[in-house]
Amino acid sequence: MQVGQSADSPGSPQVAVAALRRVTKRFPGIVALDQVSLEFHRGEIHVLLGENGAGKSTLVSLLAGMQPPDEGEILIGGVPAIIASPRRSMDLGIGTVFQRVLLVPTLTVIENLMLGGPWQKPLARAAALRRFEELSGLLGIGIDARAPVSGLSLGEQQQVEIMRALWRDAKLLLLDEPTSMLTPQGVVDLGRMLRRLKEQGVALILVTHKLLEAYEFGDRISVLRLGKFAGEIGPQRLQTMSDAQKTETVIRMMFGAAAGTDAAPDRGRNSVEGHEQELAILLGRKLRRVHTVDRGRPAALSVRALVTAPDFAETPLHEVSFELWAGEILGIAGVDGNGQKHLAEALAGQRPSRRGRIELQGVDITRGRVPERRQRGVRYVTDDRSGEGTVGTFSVAVNLVLKEIGALPYWRHGISDWPLIYQSAREQILRNDIRTPSELTPVGKLSGGNVQKVLLARELDAQANVAILNKPTYGLDLHNQRLALDRIAAAAARGVAVIMISTDLDELLEISDRIGVMFQGRLAGIVANDDDAGNQIRRLMTGAGAS
Amino acid sequence: MSVETGIHSGRSAALLRVLIPVVMALIVGGLILTVLGKNPLDYYGYVLQRSLMRWGGAQETLTRMAPLLLIAAGLIVAFRAGIWNLGGDGQFLLAAVASAALAPALLSTHVPRAATLIVCMLVGSLVGALWSLLPAWLKARHGVNEIITTLMMSFLGTSLANVLIKLVLNDPDTTVPQTRSLPVDDRLPRLFGTTIHCGLVLAILAVILVHLMMTRTAFGLKLQVLGANRAAAVHAGLKVERLTLLAFALSAGLIGLGGAVEVLGVWGTVRADWNPALGLLVVPLVFLARFNGYAVIGFTLFFSALLVGGESAARRVGVPQHYVLVLVALLLLFLALVEYLDQTRRKPGTA
Repeated sequence: MQVGQSADSPGSPQVAVAALRRVTKRFPGIVALDQVSLEFHRGEIHVLLGENGAGKSTLVSLLAGMQPPDEGEILIGGVPAIIASPRRSMDLGIGTVFQRVLLVPTLTVIENLMLGGPWQKPLARAAALRRFEELSGLLGIGIDARAPVSGLSLGEQQQVEIMRALWRDAKLLLLDEPTSMLTPQGVVDLGRMLRRLKEQGVALILVTHKLLEAYEFGDRISVLRLGKFAGEIGPQRLQTMSDAQKTETVIRMMFGAAAGTDAAPDRGRNSVEGHEQELAILLGRKLRRVHTVDRGRPAALSVRALVTAPDFAETPLHEVSFELWAGEILGIAGVDGNGQKHLAEALAGQRPSRRGRIELQGVDITRGRVPERRQRGVRYVTDDRSGEGTVGTFSVAVNLVLKEIGALPYWRHGISDWPLIYQSAREQILRNDIRTPSELTPVGKLSGGNVQKVLLARELDAQANVAILNKPTYGLDLHNQRLALDRIAAAAARGVAVIMISTDLDELLEISDRIGVMFQGRLAGIVANDDDAGNQIRRLMTGAGAS
Repeated sequence: MSVETGIHSGRSAALLRVLIPVVMALIVGGLILTVLGKNPLDYYGYVLQRSLMRWGGAQETLTRMAPLLLIAAGLIVAFRAGIWNLGGDGQFLLAAVASAALAPALLSTHVPRAATLIVCMLVGSLVGALWSLLPAWLKARHGVNEIITTLMMSFLGTSLANVLIKLVLNDPDTTVPQTRSLPVDDRLPRLFGTTIHCGLVLAILAVILVHLMMTRTAFGLKLQVLGANRAAAVHAGLKVERLTLLAFALSAGLIGLGGAVEVLGVWGTVRADWNPALGLLVVPLVFLARFNGYAVIGFTLFFSALLVGGESAARRVGVPQHYVLVLVALLLLFLALVEYLDQTRRKPGTA
């Protein structure tokens, strides 16, 4: 079963920093981990690859002490250990950086780092600051220890999380999807940090679903699929393979082609028929969009010298102007925190503009707020899906009509037509392939990919004219990312004018007609998406093009 | 609590979640009585006998429900909208004073009885709503925590009611400071020859209407979105400030109506030292019922019986009169415990 592993690890003089032995974890209705055995070694970045629901996060939660395995054992330094609590996990030298930022936003960096010390002792600020400096040097980062966390960019917040994980000399560092919220530069910085840690002899576990990152960072790649160990590529083999070969191998492990590495019966959607098609999409990838934007017609959206008021720790817009035509996808690239959020909110009507003018098909909508703009076909997919995009405790059905409350046909004279709302939800669920037990399931219980399907279904409806999408593929696995991009491209093909904000340049280059770059609240430039676009954008992202 | 209809996914499980705390509270309450050297069965027996078994007691229990139900209706609106209106006492008392003072005045100018009663109830609601205006505005505009402001306004309100009776609205014919008494014949009509006044019907109606509004109308859903996730309400383009003001007004208005009904139906006058302080007593009931209107009716009956029976039972068994509050506290404690255990048991795994 464990392909490739035997080639590298036997006779290894060291004991693994951590190891799983035939670990199984069940939840009602699913086996999240099924007899998984893995080893994590000193000075090695071990990448865990897998789709959403493959069991990666469960594995992380076991090592982090969030929950115990049902069967099998976990060895730390060769000794069986029971990781009964997060504190125990830390005591064992395991540091964890979770997918979501878990810092107290109102506290400063150093205060956050001092949390979790023994309660009976006074806070040792000086010692903490020394440790902070030490770790800053080790990781090569420069964050102000006195800055409130809410004022940091997501990337910086993650650096603080990494510091916290390492705070007590972790021997094993777990990173769950660490790049999903980072800019390209942030990913490079992260890579540098990880390599430094590796040199220090830390064992690293990097959970991701992005193949390129796996090749970039990984010394060893293990693949999980539907809770089972699906295969591994060891360090020696990894070095001799080309990226294409790696992709071929990994994809086959992830999606279980007939390669014979995995004897597990295929479940649910990964059944045999349609399988080759799925593989083809994932391997062949690239969307083929026909660029048919008619710029002779009046613009669908015209923005003139838009300015927003500065808000706490957020970059406001400064004199942003652009035009957008029906059927066009305008990508917005840029390092996170350069005004993208304000741009999206100002266009959606969620944030008032201080100056400037917004015209929708020639009509001035600058003064209109969310309901008026939505009425006119403006749609906004927020990047904060659980924070503001959905109400987690409410059903999928309610969330699908969240922005229509009170409107026909679901409400007549203010009275809810629940049967109609449910029926429409069931149709949407089918049409958009939202994986949910029922339309009554609280949306907070769905996976990230399915929550995003709910949002896309709600926003990319038939009445949409202009859609603003903020990081629409953020945190989605490969499969769901493709589905989201397909939906967005389909919407554009229907004539929706799309603004797509993303920090993933590859995806922007793939889908956009033109790409604008945000830098310090300005639109530093808009470039046509041709062969040289990537280089121009990278230049603009550093502010070189802005004047 | 489900948004749409208030129906839980598993009815029996929901029933258990409510019944277990009640039973546990009664058992532990009984144990405490035993420790005190009293016979708990005597106590509970007296409670039952006094409040429900005897016709007079039952009428009193039902009458006592009316203000409790109206306060509960007001709290459901606020709590479901995520607004912690804890200023019920001030709103209730000021409304009571206003309607108590207004009713005799209107009658003396030959306004018909029905019109007087209706006007007084409307004025009571209005006064309650007005007393919530400042906290509502502070919350909507400046995000000031309404728990603090409504509590503060409540203290001010009870003091103001007291001052009003003593200085302005007192009846010169009595020695105790109180408003002019409304003749028994001019109070809210009784139901079918009982001592229960028609305020009870009004209160039950109000609770049901609030429940339907919350679960079946766009307005109710908007309030619930606001209550569940304010950021999502802003994102969805709801008029958050207006909804906040409306929720406050509706909540305090219903509580004010409770004050008016209690005075117009039962007392006919407000004495300066009168403050039933029902506002905070109803809060646990509303939580116990998980903001479900129908469940609230049941709990109010239970609580009302405890109140009515508890007083005389305490006297007869020989424990402090407020022993009922010990039971309420235990009830809350076990409610929280059951809730906690339920949550940890059902904690979903992440895969």
